[in-house]
Amino acid sequence: MIAKLSVTSVWVLDKEQALDFYVNKLGLEKGTDIKQGAYRWLTVRVPGDPGIEISLEQPGPPVQDEATTEQLRELITKGAMGGLVFVTDDVRGLFETLKKRGVTDFIQEPADNFYGTDMAVRDPFGNAIRILQTKKVARAAKA
Amino acid sequence: MSREVEEFNRRLLRARDAMDRAYAEPLNVRAVAAVAHISEAHFIRSFRAVFGETPHRYLQRRRVERSMFMLRDTDRSVTDICFDVGFTSRGTFSRMFREIVGESPSDYRVGHGPLVVPNCFQVAFTRPVVAAGVALQSSSFGDASEQAAP
Repeated sequence: MIAKLSVTSVWVLDKEQALDFYVNKLGLEKGTDIKQGAYRWLTVRVPGDPGIEISLEQPGPPVQDEATTEQLRELITKGAMGGLVFVTDDVRGLFETLKKRGVTDFIQEPADNFYGTDMAVRDPFGNAIRILQTKKVARAAKA
Repeated sequence: MSREVEEFNRRLLRARDAMDRAYAEPLNVRAVAAVAHISEAHFIRSFRAVFGETPHRYLQRRRVERSMFMLRDTDRSVTDICFDVGFTSRGTFSRMFREIVGESPSDYRVGHGPLVVPNCFQVAFTRPVVAAGVALQSSSFGDASEQAAP
């Protein structure tokens, strides 16, 4: 049986720029940063939660050929590559903090829903990041 | 693909996000094009090339999706919902809703209750494809939309 999620990844166009956004703007912390030859194994994670790392992956050779790299880069910038969902205990406070740090690319400002309050923002490359403040859900799932 | 194209895609996406964020406000295509820092005509053409539909259609589908959500989830009147989601005339709303969803807002409400999946999934996956097909593709915004189709 699989025990837990350990690493997930997000496609970025530039690792250094990604690190700046995810750490200095979004407020994550740097996880692993190891250079192996030309490859930089670079992760970020939720502060205080070292169990799950988000690997910042840049498409390119030798893993992807040039044509695939171009396709991936195009899809990333079109916002078509999925994204991440985080949980916070104060989504409106975080919204103000992100604005103060210069984040402007909001897809959705904080909005109340039956399961809590959430907002959504884009990273510099086009990935969607959703941030949720949960509350007890009264609505039961239908079968 | 050149880095210019990537940067251009990203600007178009920023403009698309502005529509998702501010669908309830009286948007016009010039204001949304300004988010991408390009001219109106160029914006319409390139948005369609990159995302497969005109910005006007994108916005109308977003507004109709939000109205479907409110019809399912709230007791607000159809007229209130029409204005809540950014339409400025009840007639345009009903016509657009029927064109996109394939039935009237009232009929839709009767047949549908609240969904349990989180709103981000609803926003993404319950957004209607156009029931009437892609033939109707006007390119400006709001009530003036019926006139323009370059």
